[in-house]
Amino acid sequence: MMDAKIFFNDIYKSQDQPNDLLKAFQQKNWNSFSELDLPSVKHEEWKYTRIKNVFTEAIQYNQDKTDFSEEELSKVKLPGTANANSLVFINGIYQPHLSTLTDGSDRLIIKSLSEASTDEDADFVNEHLGCSNAYHPDGINALNGSFAAHGLFIKVKKGKELSQPIVIYHFSDSRSGFRFSQPRILVSIEENTIATIIETYHKIGNHQSLTNEVVEICVEKAAHFRYIKIQNEGTDSNHTGTTQINQLGKSTAHAVTISLSGEIVRNNLNMVMRAEFCESHMYGLYLLGGKSQVDNHTIVDNAMPNCLSNELYKGIMDDNSTGIFNGKIFVRKDAQKTNAYQSNKNILLGQNSSANTKPQLEIFADDVKCSHGCTIGKLDEDALFYLRARGISEQNAKALLLHAFAADILQQIELEELRNYIDSLISERLTITI
Amino acid sequence: MKHMLTINDLQARIEEKEILKGINLDIKPGEIHAIMGPNGSGKSTLASVLAGRADYEVTGGSVQFNGKDLLELSPEDRAKEGLFLAFQYPVEIPGVSTTNFIKSAVNEKRKYQGLEALDAAQFLRTMKEKMKLVEIDQSLLSRSLNEGFSGGEKKRNEIFQMAMLDPKLAILDETDSGLDIDALRIVANGVNQLRTKDNAFLIVTHYQRLLDYIVPDFVHVLYNGRIVKSGTKELAFELEEKGYDFIKAEVNEATA
Repeated sequence: MMDAKIFFNDIYKSQDQPNDLLKAFQQKNWNSFSELDLPSVKHEEWKYTRIKNVFTEAIQYNQDKTDFSEEELSKVKLPGTANANSLVFINGIYQPHLSTLTDGSDRLIIKSLSEASTDEDADFVNEHLGCSNAYHPDGINALNGSFAAHGLFIKVKKGKELSQPIVIYHFSDSRSGFRFSQPRILVSIEENTIATIIETYHKIGNHQSLTNEVVEICVEKAAHFRYIKIQNEGTDSNHTGTTQINQLGKSTAHAVTISLSGEIVRNNLNMVMRAEFCESHMYGLYLLGGKSQVDNHTIVDNAMPNCLSNELYKGIMDDNSTGIFNGKIFVRKDAQKTNAYQSNKNILLGQNSSANTKPQLEIFADDVKCSHGCTIGKLDEDALFYLRARGISEQNAKALLLHAFAADILQQIELEELRNYIDSLISERLTITI
Repeated sequence: MKHMLTINDLQARIEEKEILKGINLDIKPGEIHAIMGPNGSGKSTLASVLAGRADYEVTGGSVQFNGKDLLELSPEDRAKEGLFLAFQYPVEIPGVSTTNFIKSAVNEKRKYQGLEALDAAQFLRTMKEKMKLVEIDQSLLSRSLNEGFSGGEKKRNEIFQMAMLDPKLAILDETDSGLDIDALRIVANGVNQLRTKDNAFLIVTHYQRLLDYIVPDFVHVLYNGRIVKSGTKELAFELEEKGYDFIKAEVNEATA
């Protein structure tokens, strides 16, 4: 089998040369990728997730350029987002002609990363592009960075509230072979803004896919930012994604990650609090069946005092599926008066399902409140009996309890129609028949 | 009249411990039976075994409920056949509201009986009517089931659920425990209003107190896994006055 490094080397060398800023960025990333290579299970951060094989398979990938009709794309529109700013990526590349913006350029700027790195946003790009790199020295982030020049730049302008969320649709075309994509997005949420970004993924075709994505978001002073990631791509879709939210000024960031299917899925979510009085919220729900493996790695990095973070991830694993949670909380020396809470709860339904959970707190300040907890268990037998003793069938009683277990994550989705839609997907999966 | 419930030489254990050592009891429609006894005599085990809790293993005997072999039925089918257990310790279930859950329960039972599901308006009407019986508030029923409820609210919620499901046989497992006198009166009043000539109640209690409000036709004393004495409501007064010691003494004398 061909070596991934040699393979990507050919592609790397043959890509069009971007402007100097991006060229230097790509070169730096390529050097790290060459040095680090793809992580094996010996890599501490990839202990439970065998990702190398997926990348090795991906190197037979299909590089044909493809297109989808608007009709095909409209089939997967998320409910409640009919008027949203809709950004379409196909195979990792942004498609302006398929995207629609409801908010005008006085509020929302969408342009290519190569454009942003040569105009008035060049300083921003230079400073923040690649900010997630240091947290993920594993070759995968660097591989995305080696091809970052095709990336997208999003800016929500100072003092503006978006009238509609930004919904990013990622399509992978696997109709004629394994599809490998590497979306790259840099986002600037300026001062005093309110904005929501929703990402969702779809595969069209019967072959496998792998999406290796990096999204880096900077949230400035007094901004309120919400982020929702919905994964329901199907059983043969693989995903390695990093979303980093840097809170540069006193701000609020709120993220919800919903994973309902996938072969191997790795979500890195980092919240880096670089200013005082920031608030970060991270919620996640993974409802898995078959052989799905979903790995959520989160980092909360408190660099400054007086910040609050709250984190709750819940998993339900059926069949042979595996849920993995790793939650790091760093409280740096100066970050006094930090409040950081973390909780991960898992329910195992399948005989061969499993959960791995690892809280990791590294605290260097002495006046902080931090807590963490994790549970792995079965459904509460007493609760199950109580419901059955009222005449509710075992299957429905289980479904009711599981639905209730998931409910406090779903409630974190503010958009009602979207929340109801995800709720219905979950109910369908739990086969509630009443 | 035909028996509704016939318990014949029922024996059950939990893990290796024998708890029920041969219970015999007949209940007819329209009757109220009280089961009394000291702690650890097997009262709650009897209630749990009848409702179908899997922790207990039935090792002998039989239970007929309206002509069916009760022990062969799943807990949900027992409920749908008309058996109801008011729990001694109602379970708190976060994220499930009483309203939603009781609606599922009512409609599953109706489906089992071959009846149409209640529509939203019919359900609401029934609910309002039954809420009055136990003086329970709508807001409580919209909240997560029993979560953060006081002891009295939990027990009233049990009786509310009983009213909604309209069982043939209701087993009240120490429903009076942890209730103040007002809550006790409300719960008893609910039960009395639900009483008809066609349904029956089995009231499991440690104290005679509840029986001041719900007057039983028969009182049985359970001791050491067996019914050792049966009588009318006067037996309850006697127990209240003398305590359980005289029963224990009688039994020990008989077996000595």
